[in-house]
Amino acid sequence: MLESIVFYTLATLIIGFGVLVVTTRNTVHCVLFLVANFLCVAMIYVLLAAEFLAIIQILVYAGGIVVLYLFVVMLVNLQRQPATAPGRRPQARAGFALAAVMLAELSAILVFSASHPASVAAAAPPAPSGMGNTTMVGLLLYSDYLVPFEVASMLLLVAMVGAIILARKDA
Amino acid sequence: MTSSYLVPLLKIVVILNAVLVSVTFMTLLERKVIAWVQVRLGPMRVGPYGSLQPIADAIKLLLKEDITPARADKWVFTLAPIVAMVPALIGFAVIPFDREASFFGYRVSLFVADINVGLLYLVSITSIGVYGIILAGYASNSKFPLLAGLRASAQLISYEIAITMMLVSIVVMAGTLSMVGIIDAQYNAHVWYMFVQPVAFVILFIGGLAETNRAPFDLPEAEQELTGGYHTEYSGMRFALFFLAEYANMIVVSSVATTLFVGGWLRPFPNVQWLGVLDYVPGWLWFLLKTFVFIYVFLWIRATLPRYRYDQLMRLGWKVLIPLGIANLIVTATLKVLF
Repeated sequence: MLESIVFYTLATLIIGFGVLVVTTRNTVHCVLFLVANFLCVAMIYVLLAAEFLAIIQILVYAGGIVVLYLFVVMLVNLQRQPATAPGRRPQARAGFALAAVMLAELSAILVFSASHPASVAAAAPPAPSGMGNTTMVGLLLYSDYLVPFEVASMLLLVAMVGAIILARKDA
Repeated sequence: MTSSYLVPLLKIVVILNAVLVSVTFMTLLERKVIAWVQVRLGPMRVGPYGSLQPIADAIKLLLKEDITPARADKWVFTLAPIVAMVPALIGFAVIPFDREASFFGYRVSLFVADINVGLLYLVSITSIGVYGIILAGYASNSKFPLLAGLRASAQLISYEIAITMMLVSIVVMAGTLSMVGIIDAQYNAHVWYMFVQPVAFVILFIGGLAETNRAPFDLPEAEQELTGGYHTEYSGMRFALFFLAEYANMIVVSSVATTLFVGGWLRPFPNVQWLGVLDYVPGWLWFLLKTFVFIYVFLWIRATLPRYRYDQLMRLGWKVLIPLGIANLIVTATLKVLF
């Protein structure tokens, strides 16, 4: 009971902040709403007893990536009104299309899991007793999901090398 | 019911009040220590030896006019001091002051929560604290605070990487992220981690100075270049909140250093039987004593060292501390696997 009250409050807040992120004109305020959104998502993770994921969500997204957003927004001083910017229409259409595909995918998963409750339960075995959330995530990352994990880290490395090459004008 | 809600609530109230009072009196301690280093007397007028000076300061700050610059971003301007203060205070939730103490016959653990991601929680809280400074710089709509805010955030992000590397080394040593678990690991290892991880200890301390914007890394407040720093446009209690946040952060950093490197509430040589007389000093007092030593060193350094130049600060962070941190982590992990 209490859990569902907390969940629906958080869900409402997340959607509200999400709408504010895309509708607010002031770019810095947008970024702040995004931070609030990420913090609420982290609280959902806490509700699911995934405290490691919650902390990483705050550390990486709210504390790391969005600080860089804020940096860029403050430095480039966006005065241009988004409504009059050229080339916005195709982007908006592509965005809506992508969101629709995402929504369809999520509903498909939801319908599928509702009709096959057994397969969802099998996908998430209960954690062995005496093993924390952090240990579980670590073990999974380095056993079952080793290849995706390494691919993701390679991607980050490539991005880093690319950034350095872009920054070095003399080379 | 009482044990699951009332006791943590009481602990939160006690810790918050204790932190705010000690932060208030740390301003006096700082002025006194710096005065003694410079062969002055320091505050002497209010109360015996100036001991009531912080209270006079607090009253003055509360009664001052609260000014919001006309062209400031009002919402963000109001939000910034709060965003700076709250992370500094909620960091205390995972600081373990002692394992247990008895009050009126009840055994109570002297920490609010022992979560199994305690150390990561602290790191993430610190990363949220950066927002207060950036937003203050932005919302003031004035060039000096903006420059100071950018400086401060660049500094915090750079040094956070080095500090996190050090923390990972400690986690590898202890095998746990829980603050209580790390103290227990030091007890079982029969040694404080200060002696096993000297590199990590020194880097964490330097990084802690930079994280709290203390001298010699107090560039965000370099008054010769930036008039006052990111809080130039703030007055009265809002200015005081930034100040309190900085001092509360100093206490957090000192407590973390105490927990990770000098054994938290453990007495010196906790495994040596014939020193058992030291057990008459309660654990929380050992904790506070060690934390106080760190805070004193913070003030001592401020009174002794001149400020760094900004490029020197960045070079130290990226070209010395981070490589050292990575090397330390690799060596620690290798030795841990081998032995």
